[in-house]
Amino acid sequence: MVAPPTFAPMIQFERFTLSNGLRVVVHEDASTPMAVVNVIYDVGARDEDPAKTGFAHLFEHLMFGGSLHVSSYDEPLQLAGGENNAFTTNDLTNYYCQLPAQNIETAFWLESDRMLSLAFDTKSLDVQRKVVCEEFKEHYINKPYGDAWHQMRELAYTTHPYRWMTIGKQLSHVEDATLEDVKAFFFKHYTPVNAILVVAGAVNAAQVRELAEKWFGPIPSGTRYVRNLPQEPTQAAARRKEVVADVPLDAFFKTWHVYAREDQRYYTTDLITEILGSGASSRLYQSLVKEKQLFSSIECYHFGSMDAGLLAIEGKLVKGVALEDAEAAVGVEIEKLQQDGISDKELQKVINKTESMMAFEDMSVMSRATSMAIYELMGDANLINTELHRYQRVTTQDILDESRIIFRESNSNTLYYRAKA
Amino acid sequence: MLDRTIAPPIHDAVEFTLSLKPYTKHVLKNGLPVYAIHAGAEEVLQLELVFAAGNSVEAAPGVASAANFMLRNGTQSKTAFELNEHFDYYGAYCTRSCYNETALVQLHTLSKHLPHLLPVLREMLTESVFPASELEIYQQNSLQRLQVNLQKSDFVANRLIDAYLYGKEHPYGSYLEADHIKQLQRDQLVAHYEQFYLRGQAMLFIAGKLPDNYVEQLEDAFGGLTCTPMQFPLPVPIPSPVTDKKYRITNDPNGVQGAIRIARPFPNRHHPDFIPCMVLNTVLGGFFGSRLMSNIREDKGYTYGIHSYLQNHIGETAWMISTEAGKDVSEATVVEVYKEMALLREELIDDEELLLVKNYMIGTILGDLDGPFHIIGRWKNILLNQVDEAYFNRTIDTIKKITAEELQALAKRYLNPDDFYELIVV
Repeated sequence: MVAPPTFAPMIQFERFTLSNGLRVVVHEDASTPMAVVNVIYDVGARDEDPAKTGFAHLFEHLMFGGSLHVSSYDEPLQLAGGENNAFTTNDLTNYYCQLPAQNIETAFWLESDRMLSLAFDTKSLDVQRKVVCEEFKEHYINKPYGDAWHQMRELAYTTHPYRWMTIGKQLSHVEDATLEDVKAFFFKHYTPVNAILVVAGAVNAAQVRELAEKWFGPIPSGTRYVRNLPQEPTQAAARRKEVVADVPLDAFFKTWHVYAREDQRYYTTDLITEILGSGASSRLYQSLVKEKQLFSSIECYHFGSMDAGLLAIEGKLVKGVALEDAEAAVGVEIEKLQQDGISDKELQKVINKTESMMAFEDMSVMSRATSMAIYELMGDANLINTELHRYQRVTTQDILDESRIIFRESNSNTLYYRAKA
Repeated sequence: MLDRTIAPPIHDAVEFTLSLKPYTKHVLKNGLPVYAIHAGAEEVLQLELVFAAGNSVEAAPGVASAANFMLRNGTQSKTAFELNEHFDYYGAYCTRSCYNETALVQLHTLSKHLPHLLPVLREMLTESVFPASELEIYQQNSLQRLQVNLQKSDFVANRLIDAYLYGKEHPYGSYLEADHIKQLQRDQLVAHYEQFYLRGQAMLFIAGKLPDNYVEQLEDAFGGLTCTPMQFPLPVPIPSPVTDKKYRITNDPNGVQGAIRIARPFPNRHHPDFIPCMVLNTVLGGFFGSRLMSNIREDKGYTYGIHSYLQNHIGETAWMISTEAGKDVSEATVVEVYKEMALLREELIDDEELLLVKNYMIGTILGDLDGPFHIIGRWKNILLNQVDEAYFNRTIDTIKKITAEELQALAKRYLNPDDFYELIVV
């Protein structure tokens, strides 16, 4: 019952580079009246100074506080019928807006001015420091288990800057940010040579080229940022940690080091997480939530990061179950995978799921534009068309081999998150 | 030389013509209506079966959502695992969701796999068995999830504010307690299933890149269901709001933020003020550039975000302002919310801001109209709320034409602090 191969329509695009080094990707789609302008900067939390964490994300907020010639980013965009947002990860910072295609030049004007220079307004910095502190509280302090990943990252990474979360290591780093820090960060990272522009929707390549030359062409190229991050040494022994907190249930977290985004083994890893813990028919859910009833919820996923990331299993325990027993039961499922591997049918299932997920993601022009920007940052926007093949190349033997390599106990980090008695 | 201080000229979005792509309607041989939108470039589709099986008709609290959830937990010939495995194999998502008046079964799939999935969906809708063992797991896991959620101030605040607005006996105001979950009985689920699914009322929506023979496929799968077409209006009881309006609750003594909810009862979509108030709401707190966001986030930094919205209810509804703010600035946030209401009552919105809001609203709607799932979502809203088919055009027209004077009159009518319930949960 192998599904027939799919011939998904290719997503067409054109690429060119301005003389200042700005890479531009244009994706025409006449089926929408809208245009999307997506700018990605090759900087994320991994590029931060360990004493000034959370900065890339704070900076993202400041990008809306007015630029050299335009006092507000949002208002002119909204007036042009547009909306926008941005996100920061450990790897990159992405800005996107969507507006009626007739008004696309407004987006070029706004995006290019803030690439040229911010206004570096003190009030904006004061306010956004507070806003980010509230964001920190809302998501990581005022929520049960909110600090679990903070704890886990510090356990799993000794060296690589993935040691801290995007929001930052601690509130004080954000509170202490100065205008000097802001300026230095901007001129180091927010330059054409470190950025990728994707324009998509009801546009044409010639028009985009002209607008890109007009608005982005005059911006000084800046210096190419060469990333030279301290690499995480291979973990030699298992690490464990226990946290006791005011939460209603014990929770279990365990991670293993996996591969970088560009590595073919990344795709094998991705499929392993699908097999173990994604969806109601996954192995961990069926065995540990439904049959043995040790967990009330369990997931297996990975971080999808550019540098070598983590594969994670996390779950909340059924009241009365000991964390040690829950961990042992997870171990049994992993051993099964390591000994018996998976069937062709199970492999086909997770490849089918991947194909379907990609098709749904590609429905909106906005999400296509963001994907293409990230793929171009990885080296080739055309991965949007070819990445599925990398999944299709994974064999049951790959899954077996990798499950034996990844799930070595010495490669693992375990966090017991205990409910205060 | 490029002058970056001059904004490029724009076309005002209010000048654009917007239309909602019409649906195609089919009637299956058992009378069930199917509303279809054929659009989109990706080979995907979304199918929804909507039943009048929400919590407003349940025999005891929690029965409707448990029955809805457990539709995928076992049929006469398939276990829960086999059902899950089937959908997962084809990379499809079969979700269930339970609301006040309605309960849905939703399928998202690559269009090519539809023939493999429909027979199993039909099985869920005709042969579900609600195994006792599955119910036990459901109860145990729901109880644990509730326990975790009750530690979150925003979750507690959402429950309480609705109870104040509608009364705890009203479906919009009631919420599940641990005891309700513990007391669920298999027999109740079976009875609910028989009455509201097997012999219930239903309608279907399908959207996406549809196979040529989709009507035939739906006929084969669902033309034999024994339910009848949805009858309107869907019954909604009258709310009975509580008397006291101001509440301060401590849920977590170590909490660092207050979950703030400020809300008033508000008529439903059939009231002539509903659409105009959508515009007023946008000005107040409906988008990133709103008054509340500009003042309380962008000027004062009290919160990561503050929003206002009209709750999406079929019956009499509510106008809600919602935020999580620093514990020490929560009271100051409430004061600022009322100041913004006062400004809207006392001063006209200037032309520039009004045009911005109008262009923003039209631009956003325009951006929604190219996706098949968004289009069918709008039609579903229109049909379930039983507003007429000109509702969309009236919305666009109102946004384009409404004046600052009209908005001020609405603010005077609806944005009076005395009419609002006010809650902070720390």
